[in-house]
Amino acid sequence: MNIVVVDYGIGNVQSIFNALSQFKDINITLTDKKSEILNADGIILPGVGAFRRAMEELNKRNLPNILKKYIREDKPLLGICLGMQLLFESSEEFGHTEGLGFIKGKVVHFPNNLSGKLPHVGWKSLIKQEESLNTTLFKGAKNDCNYYFVHSYICIPGSQDIITSKTEYSGINFCSSIQQGNMHACQFHPEKSANDGLNILKNFIEIVKTKNLKR
Amino acid sequence: MNKVRIIARIDINNDSVVKGKCLEGLRKIGRPNEMSKKYYEQGIDEIIFLDAVASLYDRNSLINILKQAAKESFVPITIGGGIKTIKDIKNALSAGADKVAINTQAIKNLDFIKEAVKSFGSQAIVGSIVARRHRYRWEAFIDNAKHRSNKDAIEWAMELEKAGVGEIMITSIDNDGRQKGFDIELINSVTNAVNVPVIASGGAGNSNDIVELCKDTNCDAVAIASILHYEIENIKDIKHRMDINHIGVRL
Repeated sequence: MNIVVVDYGIGNVQSIFNALSQFKDINITLTDKKSEILNADGIILPGVGAFRRAMEELNKRNLPNILKKYIREDKPLLGICLGMQLLFESSEEFGHTEGLGFIKGKVVHFPNNLSGKLPHVGWKSLIKQEESLNTTLFKGAKNDCNYYFVHSYICIPGSQDIITSKTEYSGINFCSSIQQGNMHACQFHPEKSANDGLNILKNFIEIVKTKNLKR
Repeated sequence: MNKVRIIARIDINNDSVVKGKCLEGLRKIGRPNEMSKKYYEQGIDEIIFLDAVASLYDRNSLINILKQAAKESFVPITIGGGIKTIKDIKNALSAGADKVAINTQAIKNLDFIKEAVKSFGSQAIVGSIVARRHRYRWEAFIDNAKHRSNKDAIEWAMELEKAGVGEIMITSIDNDGRQKGFDIELINSVTNAVNVPVIASGGAGNSNDIVELCKDTNCDAVAIASILHYEIENIKDIKHRMDINHIGVRL
């Protein structure tokens, strides 16, 4: 089973590789090559930092088209942090920046009058939404599990139905994870969230395995 | 409720963990990877490695320590000490660090911070301030607390925030290693001056010091060394003490 971590020059892909290395029976590849991405059984789209720069790096490598092709086959994908935000249609960073557009909705900055500090850095638990009860990504995740967040922007999905969890910061309940078909994404960093985070990655691998058996 | 992060601060000289008093008289007390692994298993929220001799010697050993830690500790890892160039940051991040802490080079050239933020994002850049008290103000020091900068530490914190750092770590030289509690006034002055998360460092001798710090200041994270290195209390006990005192913490 091949899991590809998309390496497009943004973010600490090594951390995700290290975390995935805890699990047996999978081949992990860090790459931006078309053939390897299209042949993958599961893809992780990481990312930290600025939305616009990330889109520039993706465009430089023709990755939006390659990822679109991959998604069309309904194969599993996990977006992490900025990798979640990139799946949306646009971000208001620097006015307006186009995203991958796989998921309806936009990415906005935390409100300017927020009383809390920015960036939002720290460990938080999730407020699970009804929809998440069926998602395998949170299998075995208790309500008091904690995940590491670091971000200043939040996703506003076009449809509430895809939201699998919300998280509270400074009185705002923002969308902290989504699922749309086989596309999963989380605002937090599972690869940096100790055992609770590793469990999310393990569940994603299970999702990939199950999907693989069906094909 | 926000949870105060407990960070293991591991100061390194070559390939040993060192600890002194007031950042001086550094004694070797262990091996970095053994300690970071132990703290991870005990439930630490983050790890900071600081090169105490700031790259005057062999840099590769530090990168190897970082690589090893990133393979076995799945929490955010920060590295600092002697970071001077964009390439230094790139090397640290690709070896497994999530953030770099920068002090001396920021004071020498604030544009370096701006450039680093532009290249890697605010979340990867921690502004590190090492401050010594002069009556009712504090001066920022550089080169691992050896040299004065002539900058007011609180004003410097604001400049670092403006330059785009994602967090500020404030270390009290006076309280470091003395295990008699934090410089609460210093931490409060910094948290009042900036709106980015603040990591308080220097002085924790037991969990009561941490509880007091969290009650009296608006800090977001606590960096501790002596308590853990000398096994005064373990991470579980510290977090339990915070929890029963109604301080948000990851249990």
